[in-house]
Amino acid sequence: MNSIKDRAALIAEAAKQMNKEVYNDSQVKKNITPRHELQRNCGKVVTLEEAIRKTGLKDGMTISFHHHFRGGDKVINMVVAKLAEMGFKNLTLASSSLIDVHEPLIEHIKNGVITQLHTSGLRGNLATEVSHGLMEKPVIFRSHGSRGYAIKSGELHIDVAFLGASSCDPLGNAAGYSTSENAKSICGSLGYALPDAKYADHTVILTDDLVDYPNQHSAISEADVEYVVVVDSVGDSSKISSGAIRDTKNPRDILLAKQAAKVVMNSGYFENGFSLQTGSGGASLAVTKYLRQGMIDKGIKASFALGGITSHMVKLHQEGLIGRLIDVQSFDKVAAESLMNDPMHKSVSANEYAAMLEPGSATHFLDVVILSALEVDVNFNVNVLVGSDGIIRGAIGGHPDTAQDSALSVIVCPLLRGRIPCVVDEVTTLITPGSNVDVVVTEYGIAVNPNRPEIKERLVAAGLKVVDIHDLAAKARSIIGNPAPLPFGDKVVGVVLNRDGSVQDVIKNIVG
Amino acid sequence: MEIKTAMAGTLESGDIFIQIAPNDNAGLHIDLDSTVAYQFGDQIKKVITETLQGLGIDQAEVKATDKGALDCTIRARVTAAAVRATGKDVWAD
Repeated sequence: MNSIKDRAALIAEAAKQMNKEVYNDSQVKKNITPRHELQRNCGKVVTLEEAIRKTGLKDGMTISFHHHFRGGDKVINMVVAKLAEMGFKNLTLASSSLIDVHEPLIEHIKNGVITQLHTSGLRGNLATEVSHGLMEKPVIFRSHGSRGYAIKSGELHIDVAFLGASSCDPLGNAAGYSTSENAKSICGSLGYALPDAKYADHTVILTDDLVDYPNQHSAISEADVEYVVVVDSVGDSSKISSGAIRDTKNPRDILLAKQAAKVVMNSGYFENGFSLQTGSGGASLAVTKYLRQGMIDKGIKASFALGGITSHMVKLHQEGLIGRLIDVQSFDKVAAESLMNDPMHKSVSANEYAAMLEPGSATHFLDVVILSALEVDVNFNVNVLVGSDGIIRGAIGGHPDTAQDSALSVIVCPLLRGRIPCVVDEVTTLITPGSNVDVVVTEYGIAVNPNRPEIKERLVAAGLKVVDIHDLAAKARSIIGNPAPLPFGDKVVGVVLNRDGSVQDVIKNIVG
Repeated sequence: MEIKTAMAGTLESGDIFIQIAPNDNAGLHIDLDSTVAYQFGDQIKKVITETLQGLGIDQAEVKATDKGALDCTIRARVTAAAVRATGKDVWAD
């Protein structure tokens, strides 16, 4: 006597004790729609306007974006134009970075649609206007690693994330590439968008290729996605590899890259199993090319390369010189396609890439990083954000993250750019503290941080031209003369946060 | 000194493009457009003025489009433009 009917009283009692309902079979009806049709009619696929309404976005909230399409991005301008049309005001825009192409934001800021920015960088006319005092509230600048961690910790709370993807299925499984025959765009890694997708209150994917479920090897999981919006184009992939990440043909950049490669090879860290990263900027990206020959000659293989992955890195990986590629951002189409096709090329979220407080951050296991700079000063402090004319024109990126976490950080920069000195007495804005910068390579010689006497010894022994950084600054001054002081005003237009969340510097407005 | 319209230099980075024309009013009038105007605008105007005065030109309209040229470059371009404007070859003797 133990049928389910006999147990009814006990079931009811268990339900009561657990404060639950008793299962009622008559309420359950199977959905018999063919599944191919069902996914096409999935309620997640809506228009942009519907997505905005359904997320419950309100004035004063925070929206977020990624910048994986760099100069080719179409999502930010499209979404903000729609928000303006729908009458939203007083929004905070938190993008992983902002570039020249985001110039239309100027009008949305003037009209009160956007009243604060969080970003890693600013360029073009938007940056110039901000530097002249466009906004009431200062722009908050974070490195890529700190942005990821700020989103995870809740310090940077995102209400709605609008994330572009090159493929997405109707359930929200999204990737930065598409294996379908209708692929329209490719950006590769979605590393900067992953914290947003995971921790934002609401996540909307915009895609230009709605593919059949399941979109396998997706970067963003359907579990984190509420709505999917199909648009004509999320970005122009041909414009990813432009601007700060162009492939250089400049002979001075090539000279700097060759010198930097010699520094790496003689630093004491050039051993089998070392790990490597190169930052944006023509000279630093080109270093990989010149390290390659040294690796072949000495039979040295790298365990992994990190960061913005380039076609040069992919080439070394395919030749067996680099074991794995860890990709937070694909710097060109070759890298993006490698991520799609090569299981040893994996994407990583901004948080796991470079957050200071994330124990497993890849940067913690990085031997050598090559980085560029707008300015380096005699205390080895680096500025990559604000030009020598006081106008914002760059991005923090992963600069402070990788410089601090790596065993050896090498900065490549020319002594002068035109009449602008790159080695100065004091940087215009402090981005990477000198305590984290080990070597500065210029065409007039190599300066080594006094904190690293052993590196200096090794470079001198290798016959490299090691000079005092004060002499480089003096040399620059002797060529260009003394610049007049910049016309800074009293308004704070930008706040630079350190990786630990503390306030490290402020940027003042430029008058005139 | 009588001058004609003349020019020298390029718009390449690190160079300066100098255009000289007659000025109906007394004195030198310099219209400067420079990528480093904040830091070096006054210095560039000073070098142009001193170079022209050194060549005996006290009255001219000068348009200078600077792409971060060093002082030596500015002097060379201004001198070349002045030689073309006056027809007087300062390098001849």
